[in-house]
Amino acid sequence: MKRIEAIALAAESAQGQNALLISNIGFPSRELYSICDRPENFYMLGSMGMASSIGLGLALAKPKRRVMVLDGDGSVLMNLGTLATIALHGPKNFLLVILDNCCYGSTGSQPTCTCYCTDLAAVARGAGIREVENVDDIEGLAQVLEGQGVVVAKVETGNAIVPIIDLGPEQIIERFTRSALSAEPS
Amino acid sequence: MSPSLAIYRGLKRAGIDFAASVPCVNLQELLTLLGEDPDIIHLPATREEEGVGLCAGAWMGGRRPALLMQNSGLGNCINALASLDMLYGIPLLIIISHRGGKGEPIVGQVPMGRLTVPLLQTLDIPYQAPASGEGEEAVVASWEEAQKKRRPAAVLLDLDYWRRA
Repeated sequence: MKRIEAIALAAESAQGQNALLISNIGFPSRELYSICDRPENFYMLGSMGMASSIGLGLALAKPKRRVMVLDGDGSVLMNLGTLATIALHGPKNFLLVILDNCCYGSTGSQPTCTCYCTDLAAVARGAGIREVENVDDIEGLAQVLEGQGVVVAKVETGNAIVPIIDLGPEQIIERFTRSALSAEPS
Repeated sequence: MSPSLAIYRGLKRAGIDFAASVPCVNLQELLTLLGEDPDIIHLPATREEEGVGLCAGAWMGGRRPALLMQNSGLGNCINALASLDMLYGIPLLIIISHRGGKGEPIVGQVPMGRLTVPLLQTLDIPYQAPASGEGEEAVVASWEEAQKKRRPAAVLLDLDYWRRA
């Protein structure tokens, strides 16, 4: 599956679940913005590696609200300790989706270790996370987006041709926090 | 009042209700107080930068966050402080055990000890370095500044702070 297809499905699912969606820096955020922009999307413009941590802090702060994170293999490798913290503290309203394209897709597709030998789902299990799913197609992904824990979704290398995000950081966070702090979903 | 209790009281007065931490021996009593407080979500982080991310998410969810760490961890979180907190305007109270100054027995603490204030100045992060007896007020004032300016603000607690109760 192409990454943008996985993102489109996750975005649709997030919308259906009224979930807050944290999206990783670079092309994943651009692809999400081009397909399904919502105030409930937080587009990361910096701080590579922090998506899962932002999502975990948010999910703990808002235990009644679904929080989904779209992360990448390179970014998770940059903050591997996050998997141990999620194992111990990850609440049931939190789902980390790692879109594993085996490379640093926004910087020229240099391969990551997942291209050769590293199995992020096994790392997540080894960190102590009980709910870990591997998927490699759209049908498989569709089945696990309402769960908790970690999903490792294998996606093809390559970026869609999408424009850069024309929202400033102030706009992104103001509308996001307004959505996050609005009335709890029923 | 113990130096740790003074900081804890400052955190409570400031309304801090979410904390991420990476330990320092000088923070141990404070971290225990946070862990036992039912009104504070306390997450031990694996690395200081992770703590910045956790606190940013918690703030977006309506919490008042603090990050507790040793100054050696400042270097581990500079990118997130700049390209997450400062970029988006996210307040964060940073409580730093400042090692590596006068009386420091561990030579490895000295380089980051010397670099801590210059790094904060370069980052344009306001900081307070209270003497013993001034910790509580410094914490309250520091959070107010973080919230008002929507950026990180730090409290530096050096060896003297912890020594003199």
